[in-house]
Order: sequence, then C-alpha cells, then structure tokens
Amino acid sequence: MATQLERQDSKAVGSKVERARNRVVLSPAVDIFETTDDIVLTADMPGVDEKSVDITLEQDVLTVEGRMSEVVPEGYRLDFQEFHEGDYRRVFTLATDVDRDRIQAEVKNGVLRLLLPKAEPAKAKKIQVRGG
Amino acid sequence: MFGDDLRFGRGLDPWRELTRLQDEVNRLFSGSLEARTGWAPAVNVWTNDDGAVLRATLPGYDASKIDISVLGDSVTITGKREPTEARKDVTFHRRERELGSFSRTMQLPFRIEADEVRAEFKNGILELRLPRANADRPRRISVKAD
Repeated sequence: MATQLERQDSKAVGSKVERARNRVVLSPAVDIFETTDDIVLTADMPGVDEKSVDITLEQDVLTVEGRMSEVVPEGYRLDFQEFHEGDYRRVFTLATDVDRDRIQAEVKNGVLRLLLPKAEPAKAKKIQVRGG
Repeated sequence: MFGDDLRFGRGLDPWRELTRLQDEVNRLFSGSLEARTGWAPAVNVWTNDDGAVLRATLPGYDASKIDISVLGDSVTITGKREPTEARKDVTFHRRERELGSFSRTMQLPFRIEADEVRAEFKNGILELRLPRANADRPRRISVKAD
C-alpha cells in the first residue's frame, strides 16, 4: 500500500503522546541501492506501520522516523532484553536530485521501502524555426 | 549490596558481587541462554509464574516462512528473509540489513505447555505466548498431622 510523502510539520517524534518511560531513539538498519532511474531505500523498523512512519525531504536532507507501537505485557518480569521499545530515526543526505512528486513509500511487516525517482535533467527544447 | 560488603572492610574481592549478580542472571536462563546459527534477530523475554512472553524482531519476514517449535523448556525459531525485489545491476550505497536464514533456540526457566503456545506476527514483531507446563507447576503438599 503506497502512502503519500508528508510535509514536515513541527512535531517531534514521540512528543505528542505522554509516555511513562523514556523513549530510546534507534537507528534503523538500511539498504540503499541505486538504479539508472531510482534510488531505493529499505529500512528495518519492526513495530512500525504506515501510520506511525514519517518521511520528510527538505532540500537534500531525507529524514526517516518511525514510532514503535509495542505495549509491555502486563504482570510479567522482563528477564532478557536485546531490543528496546523506542522510536526510529535516521537522517540521510541525498547526492542526487529527486523528483519529489513521484516518491513512493510503503511499509510492510515493519519494513519501510522508499522509492526516490531521480529527477530528469532539464531536457533541451526543440525550437521550430519558421521560414519567412 | 555492593557497598555493604566493602564497609565491612574485610578486603573482599570487589568483583565478587558482580560475579554473583551475573550468576543470578545466568541462572534465570540456564546454560548459555541460547544456541544460534550466525546472525539472529533480537529477542525480549518476559516471565511470570504462569509462563513467558517472547518477542522477536523479524522485520520483512513472511509469516508463513517462520517456523516455531517447542521441546521441553526450549523454543526454537527458524526463518528466512529474501530481498523483496531483484537487485541485479544496481549500485549499493549501504547494505546493513541481514538477509537469509537464521535459527535461534531460547531456553526458559520452566518446561512449556506446547499445546497451548500462541504465536502472533504483527508489523515485523513475532510474539509468542508460552504457558508453563502444568506438570512443571509447584504443587502444594498437605502435611498430615497426628
């Protein structure tokens, strides 16, 4: 399911909801590859769905954020912990111009896939010359 | 605890408390905690007297390709993740995500009631509800008085 790229508003990740615990900020693992036409970014953000991800592109700075929505099971003791509940955030600088109108974002099973089509260079216009 | 021992001034080994704490933590999960092949996804485990909740981060995995098996006090999770699209003739700028297969076994402090295990997979997080085996619960023993 594709989601629209959202404009950045001034909210910070996690700030609109009061949380009893401090939120850890995690940097998601990413794959980034480039084809002739696009840049594709894939980010692992388990616990995130399309409603809890925010993607912003300002100039050439791409910010990817996500909120993990895990609730601690009640009535249990945490005995072994390798991952924290927290928010994801990672910032990238793009070296290539991107066609913002055609950016596609999709979240499935906690993985964000971001397709950034490269901007087409200004094409030379052919000018018809009429004879007198 | 650490401070109390030092105050007695008996020249105790300062690492003793830390070692004791580590042993206690290790005892919660006997043995080496787990067996795995190579890389494996991160796991959190909560327990109480009735059972355990295990969560594993498995982003991008296909639920049908996640295999869960329970034997005694151990639960083994196996899975495989493939790239979602063809990646030939591309230039990689970053490659951080692990793809391929994994297998990981976690040992709990009690035997598991295998028939009552429940598994749910949502947004790339697998959650297992692992009830304690009925045979493994402490039994009250009444004392006959004369």
